[in-house]
Amino acid sequence: MKKVKADPKGVLTGSHYLDGDYAIAEGALAAGCQFFAGYPITPSTETAERFSERIPTIGGVFIQMEDELASIAALIGAAWGGKKAMTVTSGPGFSLMMENIGLACMLETPLVIANVQRGGPSTGLPTLTGQQDMMQVKWGSHGDYEIIALSPDSPQECFDLTIEAFNLSEMYRVPVFVMTDECVGHMHEKVVIPPAEEIELVERKWYTGPKSKYLPFKPDKDMIPFMVKAGDGYHFHITGLTHDERGYPVINAECQDVCVRHLNDKIRTKADEIIRFEEDKTDDADVVVISYGITSRVTTRAVRKAREAGLKVGTIRLITVWPFPEKRIKELAKKIKAFIVPEINYGQVVIEVERCAAGQAPAIPVSHCGGWVHDPDDIFKAIKEAAQ
Amino acid sequence: MKEEDRLQERPPIEDFLRMDRIPHIWCPGCGIGTVVTSFAEALKKSELDLDKVAILSGIGCTGRVAGYVKLDSIHTTHGRALPVATGLKLANPELKVVVFSGDGDIAGIGGNHFIHAARRNMDILIICVNNFNYAMTGGQVAATTPIDANASTAPYGNFEYPFSLPYLAEASGATYVARWTALHLRRVTKSIQEALGKRGFSFIEVITPCVTLYARRNRLGDGLNLLKYYYEKSEIQHGADTRTLDISYQGKLIVGKFVDKEKPTFLDCMNEHLGKVLGDKYQPYGVYHDGD
Repeated sequence: MKKVKADPKGVLTGSHYLDGDYAIAEGALAAGCQFFAGYPITPSTETAERFSERIPTIGGVFIQMEDELASIAALIGAAWGGKKAMTVTSGPGFSLMMENIGLACMLETPLVIANVQRGGPSTGLPTLTGQQDMMQVKWGSHGDYEIIALSPDSPQECFDLTIEAFNLSEMYRVPVFVMTDECVGHMHEKVVIPPAEEIELVERKWYTGPKSKYLPFKPDKDMIPFMVKAGDGYHFHITGLTHDERGYPVINAECQDVCVRHLNDKIRTKADEIIRFEEDKTDDADVVVISYGITSRVTTRAVRKAREAGLKVGTIRLITVWPFPEKRIKELAKKIKAFIVPEINYGQVVIEVERCAAGQAPAIPVSHCGGWVHDPDDIFKAIKEAAQ
Repeated sequence: MKEEDRLQERPPIEDFLRMDRIPHIWCPGCGIGTVVTSFAEALKKSELDLDKVAILSGIGCTGRVAGYVKLDSIHTTHGRALPVATGLKLANPELKVVVFSGDGDIAGIGGNHFIHAARRNMDILIICVNNFNYAMTGGQVAATTPIDANASTAPYGNFEYPFSLPYLAEASGATYVARWTALHLRRVTKSIQEALGKRGFSFIEVITPCVTLYARRNRLGDGLNLLKYYYEKSEIQHGADTRTLDISYQGKLIVGKFVDKEKPTFLDCMNEHLGKVLGDKYQPYGVYHDGD
């Protein structure tokens, strides 16, 4: 893996007062993203607006496509044209992108998609918050595949994790998702953008061998195949059909087995290197609260109150939601009374916690169906009940 | 030439094909192969650097073309070849980008992408093989099926108005529009060659027989019969008003080059406009070809 310093052209070094949506755009520019295709949708549009305003003086392309189907499709083209590419959307647009998220996974294409979540289903709550696409991001497209999803809890993290998303997408040749929500997207806070030389970027894994020998899907030692760009004389072929290392379609069960296992195992076997979470006071905890995004900030207050009341409560804040920190949940499940999982949906990540806990400790949801954040007291009450 | 040498001689089209993927999947008598031959011939005549030509297809019989042509090639999802091509072209503007796909892909599921790529005048050439039905899935009715033609999902005959693709292309902003039948080999080749030499959104429709489904279901004979039939039913009218190009079932086919004009492309417009508004602060984007 080759690391390089960020190009100062895209880095707005300094201390700013930005909302999460703007911070995502700045993160993308700092990461060297030169291609943005998108379609307006509340509450994510500000990212597209910021990018469209900034890119002409940096060098790159912003294009507003005819819909989200086209936006994600254009990203795939741009990535194979050699650029770092991103789009941003919310629920309904995210649903439309599912088709070509599958293609991006199948073609092992590095790209970044930010989802500023709102309440659903359907048109739902365009202007109000939700965390209801957390399962869709993992399972929404058909077939078996693995992706990486990150969940920022602040505008600062929107900036930091967007850069991280680009790095992970290049490292693993996979679509990476920045799963934020309306609350963080529209929240204004201090965002510190470091000097370019302090921003480390992962360079695409470019192929340099003989042209006739290039195989677009031949796993390297680290399982990740090398990439080329169109126009460099490799005459590569890539297809959404089940394919071999050459990229040629092979329609049988044997090739399907190799192809699908590779797409999944290149992430599953590296899960420990990818997964990031913050853990606090779990050593002697009876109860562990697992949260992510805006909900982790509400959780902070509930947990403070619980500790003041003498309850032994620890926390895990998920930074990577997918892949999921299965091992750690399994370990904790053996020694605690219960997990509490507050999220702004009617029970999504809690199902994964329950699966990992495997009956060793209950996973108790604190559901909020969307439109606003939890009342910290609801989380507090759940902690108190579980601790007794 | 000695018999031995003749046997060893390779057909010139082999240079353009992935011979390790031949034989292809198309039915005997299908017109797609003929259009691919014209494309290969046009590429050769155009003297373009083949390293800088990319081809994209969607799904369907014609969608398989990208898999057989030895260029940078992407076989995308159904209807999405054009937006993928848009991203590819904008990411690497020195590429000549060709979308080679069927009527269902381009005018059905990808119809919205088609009109918008034309509106923007994206510098992309589209070769659309129109066989009047969804062939790969078994001969279903399409957005191009003529009224009264039979299809597996129009078993009593089609009663929906079809699109006239050249009219749609011109109305949406295309700068080069032509229509031929697959038997107009030289004309198809010439059109593709002309369009490869142009900048802007070019659209070439090629009417081809679908022997296995459309022809059989409508009792129109074999591939050669239908190929000849389309050819004989066609009338060349260069510059014809695209509003007059409707295709009726087994009726007359107006063919020819209907539109050939110059207009700044998406990137031309972007660079000119942003350069004007932002002045020296603007970072011009992309590499430019000289128009022929």
